[in-house]
Amino acid sequence: MSTGTKDPFVIAGVTIASRLFIGTGKYGSDALIPAVAEASGASVITVAMRRVDKGGKGVMGHIPSRLRLLPNTSGARTAEEALRLARLARAAGCGDWIKIEVISDTRYLLPDGYGTAKAVELMVKDGFVPLPYINPDLYVARDCVAAGAAAVMPLGAPIGTNRGLQTREMLAILIEEMEVPVVVDAGLGRPSQACEAMEMGADACLVNTAIATASDPVAMAGAFRDAVIAGRTAWLAGPGGVKERGEAADPSSPLTGFLGSPAPGAAAGGA
Amino acid sequence: MQVTVNGESLGLAEGTTLGQLLAQRDNEPRTVAVERNGAIVPRDAYGATAIMDGDTIEIVHFVGGG
Amino acid sequence: MERFVDVLAEWPRERILACVEAAGPGDVRGALNAELPGPALFAAMLSDAADPLLEEMAQCAHALRLQYFGRSVQLFSPLYVSDHCTNQCRYCGFNARNKLHRRHLSVEEAVEEAGAIAAMGIGHILLLTGDHRRMSPPSYIADIARAIKPDFPSVGVEVYSMTEEEYGGLVEAGVDSMTMFQETYSPDRYEYLHPAGPKRDYAFRLEAPERAARGGMRSLGIGALLGLQEFALDAFATGLHAWWLQKRFPGVEVSVSVPRLRPHEGEFLSPHGVDDRRFVRYIAALRCFLPRVGITCSTREAADMRDHIVPIGVTRVSAGVSTAVGGRRVKGEGVGQFEIADHRGVAQMEEAMGRLGYQTVSKDWESPEATAMAS
Repeated sequence: MSTGTKDPFVIAGVTIASRLFIGTGKYGSDALIPAVAEASGASVITVAMRRVDKGGKGVMGHIPSRLRLLPNTSGARTAEEALRLARLARAAGCGDWIKIEVISDTRYLLPDGYGTAKAVELMVKDGFVPLPYINPDLYVARDCVAAGAAAVMPLGAPIGTNRGLQTREMLAILIEEMEVPVVVDAGLGRPSQACEAMEMGADACLVNTAIATASDPVAMAGAFRDAVIAGRTAWLAGPGGVKERGEAADPSSPLTGFLGSPAPGAAAGGA
Repeated sequence: MQVTVNGESLGLAEGTTLGQLLAQRDNEPRTVAVERNGAIVPRDAYGATAIMDGDTIEIVHFVGGG
Repeated sequence: MERFVDVLAEWPRERILACVEAAGPGDVRGALNAELPGPALFAAMLSDAADPLLEEMAQCAHALRLQYFGRSVQLFSPLYVSDHCTNQCRYCGFNARNKLHRRHLSVEEAVEEAGAIAAMGIGHILLLTGDHRRMSPPSYIADIARAIKPDFPSVGVEVYSMTEEEYGGLVEAGVDSMTMFQETYSPDRYEYLHPAGPKRDYAFRLEAPERAARGGMRSLGIGALLGLQEFALDAFATGLHAWWLQKRFPGVEVSVSVPRLRPHEGEFLSPHGVDDRRFVRYIAALRCFLPRVGITCSTREAADMRDHIVPIGVTRVSAGVSTAVGGRRVKGEGVGQFEIADHRGVAQMEEAMGRLGYQTVSKDWESPEATAMAS
């Protein structure tokens, strides 16, 4: 299920067995969640917080107890509202980990970078372990980390679109620059896209819509599990890659011809 | 007395506690969080917390989300 | 991480050597194909396994050089204002034990000399002194910087290690860039090579670029003096230092100088001489590892070598150079810090670069404050 103890995945000092996070939204029936959780191998699962109706049962009864809950602050339009939701989640017994969502644009549901960074700051002061959901913007990510974010969760494409790694170039920059884990969140529509994110060096992926809305969510959860493991293994293996950077090679105009031949024996190289 | 619960106005008997309100609504206390006038009420205090006239109560729980 | 010393501690000599020795041609190809090769792949590019692939590495470096810097080469010129020195660096012409007539320019004399450099068409000047805090205190360097600032869009310093506050004072005086060579990143070798003088403090020197960045310096230059210990060790540590500085101070321009030990006054023979193929390997590896980092090559290298490494990765070269104190407009004395191998002036350099298809740039940045002052 994971690439094992040689490649531990750690957030805020906690070792997490699986690099696939799953969500609990948009299922045709919440009763599918235990089987999806099992097939996905996930160890972290997200939930949202809403007002309870009379007799409302919520989603908790469907979540296997082995999973670590990651409540989000969906619905928050400001940093202060996000903090309020986080406190409620903690009071409801969800622990200190919070996926921060601060969204005031209901049309595109893109995260508010400034409000998100501010929410991280407020939550750290209140003892939370914040994992902010962000646009893959280097400055926002840096602000969040400076404020104490335990990981960053950049989006691959607008939420729910299943469009994959539309933000690929920006994600690559975050992966290179961040010293905290990068969990690609939102937009991953197919296992191949999650695999690609992991091949690029992302630390983990969060997938909800693509699993929940598949014809067979349980089978799709298994496919994402395998894809994330394959991508991680490939990244660890160091992909040979396609020839791109050396393409300017022009044998007729060598750059090092003035140096003479390699030293004898130098070709032996090493192991 | 009149109180507001999750945005709706509601008449309650004097002296009703939070624990009783949750039971009336068929809400499982172990799965919810409660705010009374903007302050979180710890779970073990539900039984001892008497609701007052004019209180605003928010009762939330976890639902599906990504 | 907050301090480079902690980053360097993760790469002890044995780990670097293990990385270098284990590298094979596959690792070098992997580095050339990687979108962003990390430190371990940089080590592979520095290994002898890279030698047969040197041309491939150079082509890759050339493509990155064009992508990030285009066909431009920045020109600068050094101004040595004092060769009084209290250190005894075993490899340096200014060694306090070397018997030479020392020269210390007054601020007025320094301004005269700087005027000669400006008249050559140079916009980036680099002020150098020996390590002598009493004779060349920070206030003296600041006074010169302030006086010559109207004539130079960029004033850099390459002087002894200072505190953050002192660097801040230089920034206020108009200095925008600092260069500090660690010489060697091996503490043991460093101790041997610097038997006396304030420069003996390895740690204080190692953290000078960090202090300068915190003090507001816009541009940082670092470098190891190749030849003081095994090639791969200092080459790797220099790249790691630049890599970390770029990460830690994203607003600062970082560049690496690539000095190779040359003959000088005094008797120091390098036991670890770096041959031309290794030297070119170093430049190509730096460019592939750190596509955005500036690479500076001084006149320690001959004209032919400099012309060949500009396309591979060098982005900044000196011209019209003297490493002695004075001699342009005021009375000069002394023999120079090292022997110059490329005597070309600004016009000759422009012409040579033009023939290679590169354009020299004598000024590529000017602070708004300086412009305001001038108008």
